[in-house]
Amino acid sequence: MANGNGKTGLLERVRERTSEAVDRLRGSQFVESVLRPGSPFKKGYADSPRNRSYVIMNNVLYHLHPVKVKRHGVKLSYTLCLGGLSFFLFILLTITGIFLMFYYAPTAERAYADIQALSTNVAFGSLVRNMHRWGAHLMVLTVFLHMSRVFYHGAYKPPREFNWVVGVVLLLLTLLLSFTGYLLPWDQLALWAVTVGTNMAGFVPVFGDQVKFALLAGVEVTAGTLLRWYVLHVLFLPFIIVIFMAVHFWRVRKDGGISGPL
Amino acid sequence: MTEIPESLLRRSAEAKAKALGVPVEQVLAEMKGEAPPSTPPAATEPEPATEEPTPSAETAAEGGAPAGGGGSDDIDALLEKAAAVAGMPQALLRRSAEAKAKALGVPLVNVLAEMAGEAPPAAAEVAPETPGEAAPQPAEAPAAVAVEEPSVPAPTGNGGGKVAAVVSPRPTMPPAGVPEGVRTQRLLTVVKAKAIQQVKAEPHDKVNTWPHLMLVEFVALLAMTGLLIVMSVALQAPLLEAANPNLTPNPSKAPWYFLGLQELLSYFDPQIAGVTVPTVVGLIGFMMIPYVDRNPSTKPSDRKLAIMLYTIFLAGSATLTILGVLFRGKGFNFSYPWKDGIFFDDLKDWVSFE
Ligand code: HEM
Repeated sequence: MANGNGKTGLLERVRERTSEAVDRLRGSQFVESVLRPGSPFKKGYADSPRNRSYVIMNNVLYHLHPVKVKRHGVKLSYTLCLGGLSFFLFILLTITGIFLMFYYAPTAERAYADIQALSTNVAFGSLVRNMHRWGAHLMVLTVFLHMSRVFYHGAYKPPREFNWVVGVVLLLLTLLLSFTGYLLPWDQLALWAVTVGTNMAGFVPVFGDQVKFALLAGVEVTAGTLLRWYVLHVLFLPFIIVIFMAVHFWRVRKDGGISGPL
Repeated sequence: MTEIPESLLRRSAEAKAKALGVPVEQVLAEMKGEAPPSTPPAATEPEPATEEPTPSAETAAEGGAPAGGGGSDDIDALLEKAAAVAGMPQALLRRSAEAKAKALGVPLVNVLAEMAGEAPPAAAEVAPETPGEAAPQPAEAPAAVAVEEPSVPAPTGNGGGKVAAVVSPRPTMPPAGVPEGVRTQRLLTVVKAKAIQQVKAEPHDKVNTWPHLMLVEFVALLAMTGLLIVMSVALQAPLLEAANPNLTPNPSKAPWYFLGLQELLSYFDPQIAGVTVPTVVGLIGFMMIPYVDRNPSTKPSDRKLAIMLYTIFLAGSATLTILGVLFRGKGFNFSYPWKDGIFFDDLKDWVSFE
């Protein structure tokens, strides 16, 4: 844009330079090597049906999504995105959980003080702890609602019966993850909620006492329980749930994508 | 011969006729097994299906000594020449020539001579393996596999056997009738499409995942992140006094998702409420739903019973949970939250009835 006396405006020049620099960057060997053919971030990407397919097909996303999906499945009103949101919350919980692990030791002496210190000594400690806790509650909720959505759509009917079974295991694992995390702050709430919860396990016929003993690493909630539940919470259960999620997502695809339309 | 739709067959025959420069009728007749292969020189016809002989017992017997015939000087000279033509190491070429000689049952010299461009192809005169031959059972859905072949001079696989494409030392001139630089499609072979997966393609109204689904997902993801951050800024997660095994809080409550069960415990025997309901009804019962509900329809109007039962389950668990969370006070006795306060620490900061 010429501004009367033949000079281009400063803004104009900055914009020009920036777009040149961006072009050079996008054309560089490094960026070229990172982005696979068809990436919408690639230089000269043009929107075409073929390229739309490539975006998925040439991308790590191909592990999660097919190139095309049923039209009705895209409507928010069909899945309400509940399965996807459960998965997303799981990822958020993993990220915030790793953050918390830096500041937490699962010992009876330190656990409670470490959680307290999150709100006083750690930058964003309180926010991240809250996100982890509320995120966990939300995940239980979204998984439960996802199950209800699947039920009301009759989406567990052939060929999806087995994925429903996998889903029930996922629900159980989600509850266990949430429950094992409940103990870790090592406050009165944690201690007694877990005491009440594991007392129920004591009513299992025949093996009640053994089950309770295995859960608590003793006859009541102790420091041993804390360590046991910590390992279950940060390592064992996430590991198992990731495997079941992988199977779950795989089966969604192999069972013919999203069910329906009704 | 496998059953290929006439139109497909015709197309591939036309392409082949064009590539070989022979009449279409001849190719068609050949494909139908009514005529000898129209292969002009075998070099221009490198498809393994027609060139590779059926390894019958006779040929195997004949070709028992593949390296036989021809002095070793001869062989060395030919080898050198062939290697020069093909532009590949002699050792490699020798191995492939030997393999080919063995496969075709001809002396090694012949193969080498051919590779060096001094002799006509050594292909033994064996009837081409008809594509369907190897698979006598009727094919449900045959598929034509075509390869794109540049008709400009390019090494064409005539090595035979396993090494076919690699060893082709002799540049082939473009087949007659094909203009320079034009790419032609050739029917390489016809394989039986025996799907490893059941392909039941039903016509569906589909849209591209990118951008349609990804966009929805991205928005949902942002909304959820926003909700979680707002929640976490506004509401402090509870942290009570340090754990004290000697001081039992009154009441002691389980996390909310187990409170429905805890509520059940106050009505029923713990064997029932604490064990039977969660494991038998909850876990096993839920897993069995798809196997118990044999009604194939997904229409809500056909599933009145199922929908009703699930709705009762939902309403029941919601009621029990709300009772457990809000309406249970000291000693897990019934209480009104607006009169006696809320006895649920996760909620303390959220709601107040002051
Ligand atoms: C950690 C928990 C879970 C995650 C992350 C998850 C994730 C997903 C996702 C992303 C989908 C794709 C469709 C959608 O978003 O609705 C899906 C579908 C499905 N899920 Fe889940 N799910 C979980 C738990 C469950 C549970 C508890 C059940 C049932 C008991 C279940 C049963 C199914 C079935 C049957 C489908 C196929 C639905 C259809 O085709 O319409 N899932 N799941």
